[in-house]
Amino acid sequence: MTYLLQQVLNALQLGSIYALIALGYTMVYGILTMINFAHGDLFMVGAFFCFLAATALGLSFVPTLLVSMIGVALLGVLIERFAYRPLRNAPRVSAIITALGVGIFLENFTLVFAPYPQHVPTLIQNKTWVIGGVTISSLQILIIALSIVLLILLDTIVRKTMVGIAMRAISWDKSIVPLMGVPLNLIISATFALGTSLGGAAGVMYALAFPVIDPYMGILIGWKAFIAAVVGGIGNIRGAMVGAFILGGVEIMVAAFLPSTYRDFVAFTLLLVLLIFRPYGILGKPRPQKV
Amino acid sequence: MKKLALFLGVILVLTMSISACGGAGGQAQTIKVGVVAELTGDIPAVGASCKNAAEMAVQEINDAGGLEVGGQKYQVELFVEDNAGKADQSASAAQKLITQQNVVAIIGPNASRYAIPASEIAESSKVVLISPWSTNPKTTLDAKTDLPKKYVFRAAFIDPFQGRVIAKFALDNLKAKKAAVLFDVASDYNKGIAEFFKATFEENGGTVVAYETYTTGDKDFSAQLTKIKETGPDVIFLPNYYSEVPLQIQQAHRLGIEAPFLGSDSWGSSELITLCGTDCEGYYFSTHYAADAATPVATKFIENYTQKYGNTPDDVAALTYDSFGLLWQALQSAGKVDREAVREAMSKIPAFEGVTGNMSFQAGSGDPIKSAVILQVKGDKFVWFANANP
Repeated sequence: MTYLLQQVLNALQLGSIYALIALGYTMVYGILTMINFAHGDLFMVGAFFCFLAATALGLSFVPTLLVSMIGVALLGVLIERFAYRPLRNAPRVSAIITALGVGIFLENFTLVFAPYPQHVPTLIQNKTWVIGGVTISSLQILIIALSIVLLILLDTIVRKTMVGIAMRAISWDKSIVPLMGVPLNLIISATFALGTSLGGAAGVMYALAFPVIDPYMGILIGWKAFIAAVVGGIGNIRGAMVGAFILGGVEIMVAAFLPSTYRDFVAFTLLLVLLIFRPYGILGKPRPQKV
Repeated sequence: MKKLALFLGVILVLTMSISACGGAGGQAQTIKVGVVAELTGDIPAVGASCKNAAEMAVQEINDAGGLEVGGQKYQVELFVEDNAGKADQSASAAQKLITQQNVVAIIGPNASRYAIPASEIAESSKVVLISPWSTNPKTTLDAKTDLPKKYVFRAAFIDPFQGRVIAKFALDNLKAKKAAVLFDVASDYNKGIAEFFKATFEENGGTVVAYETYTTGDKDFSAQLTKIKETGPDVIFLPNYYSEVPLQIQQAHRLGIEAPFLGSDSWGSSELITLCGTDCEGYYFSTHYAADAATPVATKFIENYTQKYGNTPDDVAALTYDSFGLLWQALQSAGKVDREAVREAMSKIPAFEGVTGNMSFQAGSGDPIKSAVILQVKGDKFVWFANANP
């Protein structure tokens, strides 16, 4: 039983990081029907901002988190402005290739400055408690709690604020809604800023939990978060969260109860089967409520 | 149409200039040697050490007026290619060195997962390849026939030996009865050594209670480590690369695992300590040489290297330097700069005193006979702990 609880805790931690990244994919898809394949690399840049803020500027945890989130959000907005906006009416394949290109650019740009894996200093003194045989670390609690706070915050912004309403309106119809006075470009920029800042936050938490970072760290986890977004129903925010926790849970539980070599094989077979029965994802609908 | 003509024209000029470069360069008085190293990718510290040691070895020869082969002095020209930490690029880099640069032999790649594909190219092109650091048996064995490759050699010991050394160490020195293993199942080196460790450990009365895997690029090992913790091992073996081991040990500590950790020669980069902080303190790993218990040959190398690059050479640097030493000796006993003659001489090296100890080659095998050492992590250094003979 304690074994199961311990693994549930592991799954929650992995799932919350997937969730923060998956949201970036789903928000951009919701508003532009475009898959931002550079998102995993923006997550990596977030981890590197965390590293720089903590080493070069010597900041503590909260300012580091803010610096990374704002830095990555700015980068996301710039990428949208200069790489994606000129292609907004181009064939979708061109936009996807551009996104891949931006991702490779970010990886190699970082590689020039950090050819070696970097060690992120300890920003939060880690404490561990043993409660009923389950080992809980303060870092684990911080990651899970902070992710949930950010997820609720985002959900509220999208549902309750004017910006959020405008986002949902634009995701519904990109040509009519601007005629009603909604500033299209501004709202798209805001969407990128929100989505990528969560990616930046995920990068910081990842760097705290797994303090060895390298320029290629975003590729694999970016794919997995993308899969989580699709499983949850791409374009649907709550779907991305659900998909992320399912993926994290399946991955951990397969490794926990079957030989760990089967992990990815079993996890992704399950997800494929799920998509066969629900091709639009768990919360997705043929005409989903987007963003 | 005009544009197309212009485009074709540009291509033509480019190809001509490239082929001009390839065709030029005197063959008269130089020996061309190629290096394939992991300069970028997931283990760049390995590539950097290899390149540094290679440049040092070549510079020493050239500063001394060249290498004397068959009564004639030759300058050595070095070509370094990056394999970007990829198997396919290792093969294409080897191909490029053989066909374009026309090298007489190749040193590298270092990691087994890159050395194996490159060795296939060398074997089929009939060019000698010496991998300094690859320890997986498959590097020097033909995949189809399981017979030794004719043109592939190495300067390191092989994993069955290393796995045996570590398993014995766990049983005898640490008095371990139950061992757990966590390794990268997608990498030849990690997988091979884990298997050999398991076999020896179980043959000698121990039990492997957990045998867990992950794939390259994973950073979250919590599920596997929680599972390992459940089985209560006396020792945990991590035959993984220096960039991953710190994460594994830190996560294990966070889960409250207190058993000591053991490693293999892939730990032996000073980067390990930078990335690990104090988490790796007191753990052991097997490797090729100990910088603090060196022979006169090694001491001279360590002094020169430290003076030139400002840090103590790790095992990759030492093995790369030895690979060049082996190549010089083979060239001299061959008496001519010829690929086939070098192969002949290489397979008959009776004894070679290198930085990483004495080695010799048995006829028909590319694997040297040599000993290993066990090092312990202490403060910011690796300290000699024990010797292990073949």
